[in-house]
Amino acid sequence: MTNRATATIHGWLLLLPAMACLALFTHWPAVASFVESFHSTPKARRPARFVGLDNYQQMLADPIFWKALTNNLWYALGTIPTSIALALLMAVWVNDRITARSIVRMAYFTPTILPMIAVANIWLFFFTPQYGLFEQLTGLFGLSSTNWLGSQDTALYAIIIVAIWKEAGFFMIFYLAALQAIPPSLGEAAAIEGASRWTFFRRVQFPLLMPTTLFVLINAVINAFRLIDHIVVMTRGGPDNATTLLLFYIYQVGFSFWDTAYAATLTCVLLALLALVAFVQYGWLERRTHYR
Amino acid sequence: MSAPMQPRAPATTRTDPYAPKGLPLTLESAGAILLALIWVLPLAYAVWAAFHPSEYTTRFALNAPLTLDNFARAWAAAPFARYFLNTFVLVTMILVFQLVLGTLAAYALARQDFWGRDLAFALILAQLMIMPDALIVENYRTLARLNLVDTIPAIALPYVASAFGIFLLRQTFKTVPKELDDAARVEGASPLQVLMKVYVPLAKPTYVAYGLVSVSYHWNNFLWPLIVTNSVEARPLTVGLQVFSSSDQGIDWAVICAATLMTSAPLLVGFLLFQRQFVQSFMRAGIK
Repeated sequence: MTNRATATIHGWLLLLPAMACLALFTHWPAVASFVESFHSTPKARRPARFVGLDNYQQMLADPIFWKALTNNLWYALGTIPTSIALALLMAVWVNDRITARSIVRMAYFTPTILPMIAVANIWLFFFTPQYGLFEQLTGLFGLSSTNWLGSQDTALYAIIIVAIWKEAGFFMIFYLAALQAIPPSLGEAAAIEGASRWTFFRRVQFPLLMPTTLFVLINAVINAFRLIDHIVVMTRGGPDNATTLLLFYIYQVGFSFWDTAYAATLTCVLLALLALVAFVQYGWLERRTHYR
Repeated sequence: MSAPMQPRAPATTRTDPYAPKGLPLTLESAGAILLALIWVLPLAYAVWAAFHPSEYTTRFALNAPLTLDNFARAWAAAPFARYFLNTFVLVTMILVFQLVLGTLAAYALARQDFWGRDLAFALILAQLMIMPDALIVENYRTLARLNLVDTIPAIALPYVASAFGIFLLRQTFKTVPKELDDAARVEGASPLQVLMKVYVPLAKPTYVAYGLVSVSYHWNNFLWPLIVTNSVEARPLTVGLQVFSSSDQGIDWAVICAATLMTSAPLLVGFLLFQRQFVQSFMRAGIK
């Protein structure tokens, strides 16, 4: 037996446990979702049968699917830029010699380690009509009462605010690490050239932070599809599907209506969206980001 | 994999020409502290409500009496002790498997040259995008076929192989000097001995970092455990808290806040005690 053959056997033996788990719980379910999306949901007397594109036609005609997709788009647009901008601002602040720096940094980071499900309960109270905290604040200014989570116009914003609060401090950590890795000589050189602080940030620091921004961006995009714990607690997708996001809809279809074939079809859409994100990351952004 | 957080103490000999001074610094501090106050407000409120009688839940009076009654009532109203045990077993189980599986796979990917290695690496990295949360429907079917629904291993299984962990350990193992590996082999160590005696000890900071990230992630994980469990014996804290606050309590916010604090307490206390390690771990895990 040659050396390389031995190495191949050793290598795959080492990989085997991890690969088996990944195959069973990542690769196989992804393929199975795809296959199942072309079949009907098995019922007690009728096993699943091939139905072609029926599930996809049903999906295209399903107003809740489109509602969930648009909501998810707004959720992404609402959370991603704001949380990244806030994270950058937090990192720049905490990187300076501000008063009570370590306490401030801790305050920003705390939401990261709190269970979303637990803090959603507290936010739920903040948004409660009549005696919730927001209500008391708006009451102080004599504004009319708003049912933040009960109104279709405001419920999604409330959900977005909680998501931003939860993830901004997490992203801050990565910016902070990157800021501290920038050599001080760059600042000194820029100062000799007479650049203003804003110019230094825009022309030197921000470009150097691009790989971090990319990393944070990918995380934020994934979170925009993944982070739905607080919806289960705060709105359950309501009122009238105003806060139904794609993953929450999959959860509802799969585990409240038990329409597994349709849930698999929706899963395929979610996977396609995630694949698109991966494609954009590796094919396009990555090339434009590094070391320009 | 570098640059642990050095809060600029060693760099005092060089002054940053762009560090704000005087009024700008005061304004910046004010802004930062204001934002920090907003950020801790939910937690601060939960502490207020949990430690005061319910009639003070929405009335903020300085002379409000302190009480632990809310905690006692929450503890008595739901089997939180069992939930704590379940969560503890769950995060331990996941972490142990993740570390063992991840170490073996990362070692193969970092230091063995063999047929199919790049393909295997690509297949592993696919999990970074196709996260287990997206596959809840199919994973539930798989676990139903395995007859594992409503058990703690069912919550753990989709997460025991972690692409993130494998990637992180692979990057660390790659930084171990090849000479150390060769020297150990000359001494007659088997590949597994080399792994245990050379690589694992050198990767300790990565293990700690990954461990903290993993434990806090799975302590807080909710959607999958909610789906796959339906009994007290298997439910972790997050699901137990949700069942408790949605059905049993109506709207007694003081008790809900007490239960909320209770479930987050171990992580929160750990974080306050080991703040630097936590922050550094998350940083380390993010820098590739």
